Amino acid sequence: MSAQAVSGRAAATYEPRRDARRIRGAIWRGLFFGATALAVVLLGMLLWSILKPGIPWLSWHLITNMPSRIPEKAGMNSAIWGSLWLVSGSGLIAFILGLGTAIYLEEYADDNRWTRFIHTNISNLAGVPSIVYGLLGLVVFVDWMHMGRSILAGALTMGLLILPIVVISSREAIRAVPLSLRQASYALGATKWQTVSAHVLPAAFPGILTGMILSMSRAIGETAPLIVVGGASQVLYRPDSPFSSFMVMPLQIFNWTGRPQEEFEQLAAAAIIVLMVILLIMNSVAIYLRQHFSKKSRW
Amino acid sequence: MAIQTPPLQAPVVSTEPSVAPGEPEAALIALKGVNVHYGTFHAVSDVTLDVGSNSITAFIGPSGCGKSTVLRSINRMNDLVPSARVEGQILYHNQDLNARSVDPVEVRRRIGMVFQRPNPFPKSIHENVAWGAKINGYKGNMDELVERCLRQAALWDEVKDKLKESGLSLSGGQQQRLCIARALATGPDVILLDEPASALDPISTLKIEELLRELKTTYTIIIVTHNMQQAARVSDETAFFSLNDQRQGVLVEKGRTDKIFTNPDDPRTEGYITGRFG
Repeated sequence: MSAQAVSGRAAATYEPRRDARRIRGAIWRGLFFGATALAVVLLGMLLWSILKPGIPWLSWHLITNMPSRIPEKAGMNSAIWGSLWLVSGSGLIAFILGLGTAIYLEEYADDNRWTRFIHTNISNLAGVPSIVYGLLGLVVFVDWMHMGRSILAGALTMGLLILPIVVISSREAIRAVPLSLRQASYALGATKWQTVSAHVLPAAFPGILTGMILSMSRAIGETAPLIVVGGASQVLYRPDSPFSSFMVMPLQIFNWTGRPQEEFEQLAAAAIIVLMVILLIMNSVAIYLRQHFSKKSRW
Repeated sequence: MAIQTPPLQAPVVSTEPSVAPGEPEAALIALKGVNVHYGTFHAVSDVTLDVGSNSITAFIGPSGCGKSTVLRSINRMNDLVPSARVEGQILYHNQDLNARSVDPVEVRRRIGMVFQRPNPFPKSIHENVAWGAKINGYKGNMDELVERCLRQAALWDEVKDKLKESGLSLSGGQQQRLCIARALATGPDVILLDEPASALDPISTLKIEELLRELKTTYTIIIVTHNMQQAARVSDETAFFSLNDQRQGVLVEKGRTDKIFTNPDDPRTEGYITGRFG
């Protein structure tokens, strides 16, 4: 068969329609750009609506003063400390329980009906409305265990709330560690714990850290369960032990926006800025740590 | 390269010899009627073979014929696959490795393994070699051990100035030799290699083969390979695996490599060797 015949047949079979394909590609590109632009614009408007009233009220005493009836004197010192206590407490609880659960499920437990059942339920727990955790905390920690409306009760409640996120993300991170690394370790006569502690956890650490930060960011902004468990509307001192009563930033903001005076609404906007800055600092530390650790463990 | 490993101690697996004194020790490793199942899948059927000390045995055969599965049952790596079930006897120094009293951790220290893809730890070259020795309670001078193992793996001259650098910074062939050095550091007397050169270029492959011939003087080596020339080049004994009509892996025949490659007993072996199938 001659080359002529071959190319002749090809010309009859293919209809490239390159222009139509190019246009279709451009339309999709435009749609995706539009989605991104809309998100950025909405975020910008949101920021503007907070920054505009909030910035004039930003001052040092907003951070150092205690709440007050007079807007010019009112500060959120007790709320900042309360949030830090609460977030570290709930982070610690969720880290210990969540990582332990993830290690057990991924490395030790058999893959059977029970573990799959547990896994599904942990995923479902992540979708339970936060107020439900608040009610649970009120009944179990505040009443049954007589912790009262303390930081401890709040941290335990919040710890349970973020526990599913920590378990799921840690599990994903542990699962992403390649099997070849585990095999290498076992083949040298390592026990399970030696393999997990020396190879699996260090390799999974950046991913575990990311999950921790995401969950702590959730905890610092969460309000509903703390209205139920914490509930203090005015705290005029820094918490000094896990048994102190406490105030947190989102509650303070919620409280201020409910006041009739317009000044308090503007003060709430300033408080939101403070909350965002603290959140950003937490996230930057996390990103730095993640970069630092993932540089070491690349396979 | 005249570095000697210390003499290996008596078989660790148990102090009690299961063979009456006076009776000659059989092969170092002896498989007797080994069957492997993965769940309901019968992967390997009734494999019986002996492996002598200080020799290289090659497992060859078409893909999926169970040669890697048999290899992994020798150092109990199949324990890590939840659905795997190994039946039959696997004797090592006349001790059944699957006996209840045998600790797989100790088995794997004595029977090291190198994998198809180089898999160094994301740690320094020094730590890669030292870690296995450390976890197994090595009491000697660690730097000396690392140097000795790297020399045995013919890697020392290339890495002696950068022991602190990551094992992952090496080339593929160097990484594989690092994995061999790492396996030597736990003081094994058998080394299992699962297609160790299939991910490497021809020059690195030749280096690994040279290395295996050197290591044979001290260690017993079993190598799974898809490359028949490689089997013919390095091994003393060759075992040919294939699939039976129930798609189960079986050992067709085993014998001296020169015989298997020139005058095999079984027509299936001859068919495979001459490239008529597989």
